[in-house]
Amino acid sequence: MNKESHSSLSSYLLGFMLSLLLTGTVYIVATRHLFDGGGLVLVIMILALAQALTQLMLFLHLGQETKPRWKLGVFLFMLMVLLILVGGSLWIMQNLNYNMAMPATDTMKDERIYR
Amino acid sequence: MNSLASDQVMTKNDKTVLGFWIYLMTDVILFATLFATYAVLRNNTFGGPSGKDLFNMPFVLTETLILLTSSFVCGLSVLAARRGSKNQAQMWLSLTFLLGMVFILMEISEFHRLIVDGNSWQRSGFLSAFFTLVGTHGAHITVGLIWLVVLRWQMFTKGFTDSTLRRLTLFSLFWHFLDVVWIFIFSIVYLMGVA
Amino acid sequence: MFGRLDLSAFQHNIITLGGIATMGIAVVGIIASLTYFKRWKWLWEEWLTSLDPKKIGVMYLIVAAVMLLRGGGDALLIRMQQVLSVGDSKGLLSTDQFQQIFSAHGTIMIFFVAMGAIFALMNLLVPLMIGSRDVAFPFLNATSFWLFATGAVLVNLSLAVGEFGAAGWLSYPPLSELTYSPGVGIDYWIWTLQIAGVGSLLSGINFLTTILTMRAPGMTLMRMPLFIWSVLGSLALIIFAFPILTATLALLSLDRLLGMHIFTSEMGGNPMMYVNLIWAWGHPEVYILILPAFGVFSEVVATFSQKRLFGYTSMVWAIWAIVLLSFLVWLHHFFTMGAGGDVNAFFGIMTMIIAVPTGVKVFNWLFTMYRGRVHFTTPMMWFLGFVMTFTVGGMAGVLMSVPAVDFQIHNSLFLVAHFHTMIVGGVLFGAFAGFSYWFPRFTGFRLNETLGKFAFWCWQIGFLLAFGPLYILGMMGATRRLDHYDPSMGWRWLFVVAGSGVLVIGAGVGFQILQIVVSVWQRQPSWQKVDRLLRISKIKKALGLSVTENQKVEPASDPWNGRTLEWSISYPLPVYNFAVIPKVEGRDPFWVAKQTKVQPAKPAYEDIELPKNTPIGLFIAGGAFLFGFGLIWHIWWLATVGLIGVIALITIRMSDDNTDYIITAAEVENLEAQRRRSA
Repeated sequence: MNKESHSSLSSYLLGFMLSLLLTGTVYIVATRHLFDGGGLVLVIMILALAQALTQLMLFLHLGQETKPRWKLGVFLFMLMVLLILVGGSLWIMQNLNYNMAMPATDTMKDERIYR
Repeated sequence: MNSLASDQVMTKNDKTVLGFWIYLMTDVILFATLFATYAVLRNNTFGGPSGKDLFNMPFVLTETLILLTSSFVCGLSVLAARRGSKNQAQMWLSLTFLLGMVFILMEISEFHRLIVDGNSWQRSGFLSAFFTLVGTHGAHITVGLIWLVVLRWQMFTKGFTDSTLRRLTLFSLFWHFLDVVWIFIFSIVYLMGVA
Repeated sequence: MFGRLDLSAFQHNIITLGGIATMGIAVVGIIASLTYFKRWKWLWEEWLTSLDPKKIGVMYLIVAAVMLLRGGGDALLIRMQQVLSVGDSKGLLSTDQFQQIFSAHGTIMIFFVAMGAIFALMNLLVPLMIGSRDVAFPFLNATSFWLFATGAVLVNLSLAVGEFGAAGWLSYPPLSELTYSPGVGIDYWIWTLQIAGVGSLLSGINFLTTILTMRAPGMTLMRMPLFIWSVLGSLALIIFAFPILTATLALLSLDRLLGMHIFTSEMGGNPMMYVNLIWAWGHPEVYILILPAFGVFSEVVATFSQKRLFGYTSMVWAIWAIVLLSFLVWLHHFFTMGAGGDVNAFFGIMTMIIAVPTGVKVFNWLFTMYRGRVHFTTPMMWFLGFVMTFTVGGMAGVLMSVPAVDFQIHNSLFLVAHFHTMIVGGVLFGAFAGFSYWFPRFTGFRLNETLGKFAFWCWQIGFLLAFGPLYILGMMGATRRLDHYDPSMGWRWLFVVAGSGVLVIGAGVGFQILQIVVSVWQRQPSWQKVDRLLRISKIKKALGLSVTENQKVEPASDPWNGRTLEWSISYPLPVYNFAVIPKVEGRDPFWVAKQTKVQPAKPAYEDIELPKNTPIGLFIAGGAFLFGFGLIWHIWWLATVGLIGVIALITIRMSDDNTDYIITAAEVENLEAQRRRSA
């Protein structure tokens, strides 16, 4: 039988507690600017991913199905596509914007073009 | 050999849960597209306000905690239903619904304030992307609430049959998934917006 | 009351009137025939409310075939314009008409002909090939078909009521935004695709679940037929690419309906993001189309070489390499949009690499033929035509994968020639091969081989005539979507040759229609009769009696000496496919069973549960139609009615606990005995 056997009370409670903790932490870190610029973005993302993983495992029971693990497989495939889509789009669009940047002074500075 | 009935039910559950899970994965890609669009347009304020100017962080934190709790008690209702504790399950589902309702009403009030202040989706690319991403999540929550009403009606009239239990499982997957998406909206739209 | 729908939507010119008249005659003809032959009830009960994927597959095929004629008509108009509109002549079409026609042509061919053919093959073959009785979600399957059909209705309706989009088959902003396309055309385009696209996505989920969970016992993944592997790869792409389309179309519609600025060229919108997203969907889409065609060829080549497919494992790896890589090349559709060298180089290199797994597949097919007993039947002819045509078109693609080269020929007729070579030479030839290969499975008789071969040669030669010149024209500087040029360019004779090619292709279509008519008319004796004749001739031989010529017939239950499970059931296919779900012990299970001549034990019949017919899928699509039509014409109350209707119908269906019926084991035994007796 393919029953998910880990949907016990403890997993939900743990998930809830961890999520509360992570939410509170990231809120304080962000609203009080405990990091700067790129570092802050990184910390926010790490905490977000940690909470997402927590809820995926403890609320959505990812990885706990019996074989064959289709749900996990489809999830990982989706994750790959997501990273390619979002990462690729950001890379491409930033690259396009760079080449069409206004004011041109930014591009000129980067490429060391001086009048 | 098992009888037809039990084989079908078991197989039907597995198939349906997998199919619904695959649908959820497609929904993640849909949200990913909206996130990518938001990321590209996040600074296109066209001289208008940015997130820093608009977001009320304590308000958003409250929304977040409410939705998180809603997701948690939904899980509790599934546990209760599987145990056969019908009254407990219904109670947790009432709380799930209530918290979800509060969340959506808070979000509507946030949108209303923005619109009334002249900061609707027509103001700039940034605001268009904001309303679309957050609004799509809100639309999913709304669909979930409607579904929950219909589901609870079925549970009330037909009891806790294989079919209604299966649908409760599907609903809980949907509801949990919406909270996972919200984690990223909270982090990327609101927290990074004011950072 | 009617939004922006008023009498001006019904203004027509000779071209649109011609199209409407053709459609009108066809529709009236169909209604008249149904009434005269008193077949309305039959149509409703046997087809419109059916949840049987075998029937749904046939309906997909009919829609795809009809849309092929419509899209082909558009192609003819395009080509005529390009022959006539030179120098002082303006040809037959105004510029706006021309733009709507090429937009409709592309939209129809990709979304309704190619996707329709793919879903037809999936519905018809997937359950049979994996040893299953049905798909995972039969009701969803029917609903998906009806959503697809609704899209087809919408795009054809635009011809009669209003106009279609005039911004190409992908409607790039800012041209497709309100500022530059204020009419209903783009909205028709958006909702056609959105509704059909939801159908495609739901089908993707359905068939993926089916293949993962409903294979016959013993059919591990590595024992599946290559067609199923190919479909699996296509489904992986459908599931993760179509949501991108849904989101992007929704964003464009929000710009147009609510005045948003996602893709506008002012107020902070970014039109380039649309191009990025639409191709992030668009590239996987073309692999969605070609992978099932590759799967058809794998089955056809193995069967008609009487030899198992060469390199099964490498074929599977090639499919997954293609699936992965198809998510990594999408920028090659917009090398010229202004990305830097590093971005262009990355995507250029990935594009070159994706040709490799396809090459692996071509070699494996050829190695399958090597030392096989090759039968040059019509399906095999389509394969051979494909190998040569598709390979050339593929090489053109690799040429364009070099960004510096692409800068010269992007959006030229060279590009147009390339992608038509891939889709016609690849997808369409594959669909035709599949159609003629599996036709006997569902009808009990083969198609006329001679006419089939005439059709093939017309298509092959016609294609070379119609698109060969376009490669040259592209290199000479002719751009795509061109409705007028100066005679001094020296292009006209090439356009004339290309136009003649379209006529030859038209002859090919004529032969295909003739083939069906003639084959039905002179169909081979039914298989039951053939099998009986075969038994009689065996008995006669055993008794030493002479056997007359017309009793020397080939066993027709299995006309091609097939290898896979779909051939293992005697004609006609019962609604439940397999009376007893087979146990699979290896690849090509039917072939193996025939060689080992296993004596079947007395079958242990069980109760079979199947879904009842229901009209709700059809009605849901009707609601979707009202929703789309309402949004197009800004008839808000109609859109609301449609939306509420869809929600209500879904709720009604979900409240129905009595959706299936049971054929008891005893009834199955009777039905099977009847089938054997009438043979």
